Amino acid sequence: MIRLESVEVVFGRGSPDERRVLDSLSLAVPKGQHVSVIGSNGAGKTTLLNAIAGSVPLSAGRILIDGVDQSRLPEWKRARYVGRVRQDPLAGTAGDMTVLDNLALASRKGPRRLRIAVPARLRRELRDRLAELGMGLEDRLRENVNRLSGGQRQALTLLMASISRPAVLLLDEHTAALDPRNAELVSELTRRFVAEYGLTALAVTHDMRRAIDEGDRLIMMHGGAIVADVAGDAKRDLTVERLVDLFRRTRGGDYAEDRDLLT
Amino acid sequence: MVEGVLVEGLVYGILALGVFISFRILDFPDLTVEGSFPFGAAVGSALIAARFPPLLALGAGFLAGAVAGAVTSGVYHGLRVPPLLAGIVTMTGLYSVDLRVLGGKANLPLISNNPVMRAAESWLGGSLDSSLQSFLAFLSIAAALVLVLDLFFHTEAGIALGALGDNEASVVSAGVNPVGLRTSGICLANGLAGLSGAFAASYQGFADANFGAGIVAAGLASVMIGEFLFRTNRIGGQLARVLLGSILFRGIMYAGRSWGYLAGITPNDLRLLTAVLIVASIAASRYKGGTLPGRRRE
Repeated sequence: MIRLESVEVVFGRGSPDERRVLDSLSLAVPKGQHVSVIGSNGAGKTTLLNAIAGSVPLSAGRILIDGVDQSRLPEWKRARYVGRVRQDPLAGTAGDMTVLDNLALASRKGPRRLRIAVPARLRRELRDRLAELGMGLEDRLRENVNRLSGGQRQALTLLMASISRPAVLLLDEHTAALDPRNAELVSELTRRFVAEYGLTALAVTHDMRRAIDEGDRLIMMHGGAIVADVAGDAKRDLTVERLVDLFRRTRGGDYAEDRDLLT
Repeated sequence: MVEGVLVEGLVYGILALGVFISFRILDFPDLTVEGSFPFGAAVGSALIAARFPPLLALGAGFLAGAVAGAVTSGVYHGLRVPPLLAGIVTMTGLYSVDLRVLGGKANLPLISNNPVMRAAESWLGGSLDSSLQSFLAFLSIAAALVLVLDLFFHTEAGIALGALGDNEASVVSAGVNPVGLRTSGICLANGLAGLSGAFAASYQGFADANFGAGIVAAGLASVMIGEFLFRTNRIGGQLARVLLGSILFRGIMYAGRSWGYLAGITPNDLRLLTAVLIVASIAASRYKGGTLPGRRRE
């Protein structure tokens, strides 16, 4: 369960170019829900994820994960509850370390101990997990991650973000930098992990079709606030046309730019 | 003679291991070693001169270096200055501390009382030539250090340290405080430099406040020459490679000192030779691998 209470993020407070990126935003996501987040550029989607992860400080409001107030905790402490995949496949992994070491690092959250990181039992377990990706990475345990393709690396990052079963999984356009085939593969893996691990997920996307097809709920952001929130039957009946219409109404009809969102 | 070069390579190889950890693994260009090396030498020698047990003196040399590293880390994290500046601050201040530790002098001789070398030269019961015995002693010490470090870099903490220099975000995501982790890495690197300094003082027969001059470049040259020898992405191989690089570097320096006159090289030119070696290793690795000589790139 994630709860955001009147969250505000202001950049450059007090300066002439002060910008209110999140404006008194409240949101409650029950455990296990898969939420798609859409909105135009500058709507505050990425800042929303950054605020939850602790990469940007809140100007006001609170963020609770599983009932614990996270608002004042540094990013590394919140990471116990948060898994994250960014758009850039290079962002979440250590490229000069092996596939196995990367996954071992992510398999447990919290302070590091002076214990052998990958005992035989863990190695077998991680190997099985890698096999589930269906990319042959289980036979490349000792290879450095920077030898992998973008799709393989992003799939590994997704597994790393999910394997410790965090309370919330934040996905920031995590398939946008991939070719269509790999984007589809990683999306499929995302659906599977979210379902199998019972994860609560917030997925920012530019792809309206995907936002409609995937997840239990869709929220639309504009100007740092949530302007539409669709779930259940209403979400099942959603079409791209209706979504664009909804989008246009919130924007005051800037059709040319809205079209771009469909590509 | 050959033993001398080998022992020197191993003694300064411990320093090169520290340089490898800060420059390569942590991606933290740390000049503190220029201060922690003589600091370790001064503290170790002062304790030996005061008749403390040699093992305790060596341990204190390591600790002294680690403390120097902690100071650099504090300046770096606390004031958010570049690593180079943080290291320069510590190294500059330590010079005065060294003079105090050495009793107000720049130099502390250990000739009449050198228990570390005495132990090294006789540890096999004097059955072999003394220089051969001290080589075997230092080889065992250096090899043991490499084994321990190899083991460490296979622990959770060691893997996190490796990931930190590579991509800090991956460490933060694992719920690890990057500040504490980096601090412990910098302390470890400088502790090795301090230990190396303590050994070097015993090996040379004196401690000197100017021991640190040019030591970062020497360590870097050793690391880079080592990387030129063979490629591996296994940490144990990379560590062993540093020791080999250090021995080779000392060999080249010895050659420069002994036969350099044939090419008009005097001992005054050895620093220039070091600089040229570093540039040559970088150029060679670029030519060979076609990649930037960044961190562990294999």
